[in-house]
Amino acid sequence: MNKSDTPTLAPQPGLPAPAASWHDRKGLVQIGLLAVLLLVPLAAYFLGHVYYVNLASRITLVAMAAVGLNLAIGYGGMVSFGHAAYFGLGGYVAGISAYHAFDFTPVIGWPVAIPGSDSMLAIWLAAILLCGLLALVIGAISLRTTGVYFIMITLAFAQMIYYFANSWPTYGGEDGLPIYLRNSLPVIDTNDALTFFLICFGGLVLSLALTSRIMKSRFGAALTMARLNDTRLATAGIAPYPIRLVAFVISAMITGLAGALYADLNGFVSPTMLSWHMSGELMVIVILGGVGRLYGPLAGAILFVMMETLLGGLTEYWQLFLGLVLLFVVLFAKHGVMGWLAGRERHE
Amino acid sequence: MSDAVLKLANLNKRFGALQATRDVSLDLYPGEIHALIGPNGAGKSTLIGQIAGNLKPDAGSIVLAGRDITSLSVAQRARLGLGRSFQVSSLAEPLTVKRNVMIAVQALQGHSFRFWKPVHRDERLLVPAMEALERMALTQRADTPVAELSHGERRQVEVACALALKPRALLLDEPMAGLGPEGSAHLTELLEALKHEVPILLIEHDMDAVFRLADRISVLVAGGVIAHGDSAAIRANPQVREAYLGD
Amino acid sequence: MTLLIEQLINGLQLGTMLFLMASGLTLVFGVMGLINLAHGSFYMVGAYATALVTATTGSFFIGLVAGLAAAAAVGALVELIVIRRLYHRPHLDQVLATFALILIFSEGTRWLFGSSPLWLNPPALLSGSVTLPGGLRYPIYRLMLIAVGVAVAVGMYFLITRTRLGMRIRAGESDREMIGALGVDIARLYTLVFAMGAALAGLAGALVGALQSVQVGMGEPVLILAFVVIVIGGIGSIKGALYGAILVGVVDTLGRVFLPLFFRQFMSPSEAAGVGSAIAAMLIYILMAVILAFKPKGLFAANE
Repeated sequence: MNKSDTPTLAPQPGLPAPAASWHDRKGLVQIGLLAVLLLVPLAAYFLGHVYYVNLASRITLVAMAAVGLNLAIGYGGMVSFGHAAYFGLGGYVAGISAYHAFDFTPVIGWPVAIPGSDSMLAIWLAAILLCGLLALVIGAISLRTTGVYFIMITLAFAQMIYYFANSWPTYGGEDGLPIYLRNSLPVIDTNDALTFFLICFGGLVLSLALTSRIMKSRFGAALTMARLNDTRLATAGIAPYPIRLVAFVISAMITGLAGALYADLNGFVSPTMLSWHMSGELMVIVILGGVGRLYGPLAGAILFVMMETLLGGLTEYWQLFLGLVLLFVVLFAKHGVMGWLAGRERHE
Repeated sequence: MSDAVLKLANLNKRFGALQATRDVSLDLYPGEIHALIGPNGAGKSTLIGQIAGNLKPDAGSIVLAGRDITSLSVAQRARLGLGRSFQVSSLAEPLTVKRNVMIAVQALQGHSFRFWKPVHRDERLLVPAMEALERMALTQRADTPVAELSHGERRQVEVACALALKPRALLLDEPMAGLGPEGSAHLTELLEALKHEVPILLIEHDMDAVFRLADRISVLVAGGVIAHGDSAAIRANPQVREAYLGD
Repeated sequence: MTLLIEQLINGLQLGTMLFLMASGLTLVFGVMGLINLAHGSFYMVGAYATALVTATTGSFFIGLVAGLAAAAAVGALVELIVIRRLYHRPHLDQVLATFALILIFSEGTRWLFGSSPLWLNPPALLSGSVTLPGGLRYPIYRLMLIAVGVAVAVGMYFLITRTRLGMRIRAGESDREMIGALGVDIARLYTLVFAMGAALAGLAGALVGALQSVQVGMGEPVLILAFVVIVIGGIGSIKGALYGAILVGVVDTLGRVFLPLFFRQFMSPSEAAGVGSAIAAMLIYILMAVILAFKPKGLFAANE
């Protein structure tokens, strides 16, 4: 092989160079979505409408949870119907830690004493680690199966956590657990609605950047191949199972962090965060936005929360209309909001 | 003669009452193309499954470059240097040709748990991938999605993917299937040039290609090898003629 | 001892009702390759129709027939309008579309009949208890539920092994192309199978509705239990659904009663109640995980 015969590796014609994404439609849509999400609550805050700031925080966190799920479903092809488990576990980490910090009792007394904490940093770390651990166990069992089995098993495991939280009396059982004082950060005042929104926004941007970066890496290439054709991946010498499992764990960690923040936003965590309706809603958001599109979860979350707020204001039965919209999207508009706004996804 | 690169010894596989593989022993030496032919239902797919690692033989052993791989997984065999192509194209359709080949290069380098560096400007992946493509005369198509390729081009990509693994042995499952005469001739030429770098176990229906390419031919009928030899010997073998004419 | 026997019968009764749900789910998956979350909605439809018709006519049995008919009719309608567009779609689409159906059914029902539960009582003929051998008093109605479950299981066995329809269903399970080649009208077969599954779910809803209350969302916990059942039994296998249902019914029932008792041996009663019920709630999922660890395709995997 003569090295000098190797063709140039400069960007090939016909392919959008990554830096050019500012100029194309997709890049504009992405930046537009982020800008709207950032500017609307800013304006609302200075006009004195804190309600809308909190609404934006809600959209942001739901979007972030869906970004995590999208990594599993959209990029990894793993249709998890149990991501509420991680969303809720993240929430319970925030709630339980704050509960013990408030009480000055340890979370665990034995074999090592772990005190409660109202520090968000500690809570985030704990939420990420515990959700990762839970996903490692659930994923290790569930990923031995595929297709419908995988869907049902992830659902079943999430239900297991749900029923456990429901019947464990220490942390409120089915009534849930209030967080009386929002958890804190050094220097920053987390009680301020705008500050808290900006923390959430930072989390969302970070999880988007992380997902984007991961999917461009070697790991992302292997995960993409595991989704598109796992025989090809195995034939190349890469076992699909560990690739999927790691992606599943990362996905759960992102969703779990969103859950921890979500509990702090509401000042409350309950088994509802763990319920299969929550898993379903996260999936709906991913689908509404466009499966496997980086900004799909954000577009989906904006649409979902807006529908919930607007339709929910008009009728108590707004989920009936959500169902109809969802049915329409699944049957006739498969590419979601991002497909509609930014055109079909092209692979490099 | 040097040692065999790939050696099957007394493979047996049974599905219920059906003996799908019966005491098959085969070997593949450096620099040769060894063709495996046989009528439909002779058990070729079952045999390939066992060599590639999708099926576990009931008895017998498979040795690749001196190492027993009988109980290894598909991915482990690939890492030890077994490249293969599929009868039905098994590429990732939406991805470009280059991306399909790059995965194999990545596997060869053994670093798939890297989360940060983008692959699209990773020279360590791109250069070997482009080399493999060049050897299969696909340089011009590197950035075309596989979905837009012709049937023949897909076959070439499959072989390029296998080549990118720097395999010790290639297992090609009916690479000529569905190709027109022109595409078939083109691929024959490419494979002929290739055999000196990596020996090929060729499972093929296209008799012209087999007789032109193969240094040795084994004939599989009803799960067992009934004849073995060079083109002339196989052409003249009465048992083979019967098996094929009776088909 | 009588407690154990009583709880075993309770478990069997839960198991037979789960079988009614699970057999329809697993049949639809086996024949059409479809995962249907809205199966719980047919359970609810059956219960509502039975409760409403029983209230107007005063006859539980007329109500029951109406419930079966309503569930079958709604099932057929849903198949014709939505489900048949999903057979060739990925499972993700099937999950989402049928999730949408749940939202539509649940909210639609709430809109029509309100959020408060309807009441449905077992018929006078079947109220009261009998004394079982061993001196245990047991409600007749619950015994009848077991009898219905057994009758359905036997009926399904004959339907599948002895009738033309059963032959077609089995053909459809093993090879979807082939049954087209046999000249069977697949579209009609699919509608029929789907409606049959819906009717069984409706039957279960009506029967259980008389024990509990009839309300929106009543089908969802049962649906998820039915999922566990068919995952344990092997998706697509009726036999697996039967064994899985009884296993899940018995384990769940016994766990809820005996685990708190067990923990009371070394904990205070209130602690034992909390820990016991929390672990009992997880028991069948742990059972599922253990079974899957050894048999990833379930106990009686039907199609490879």
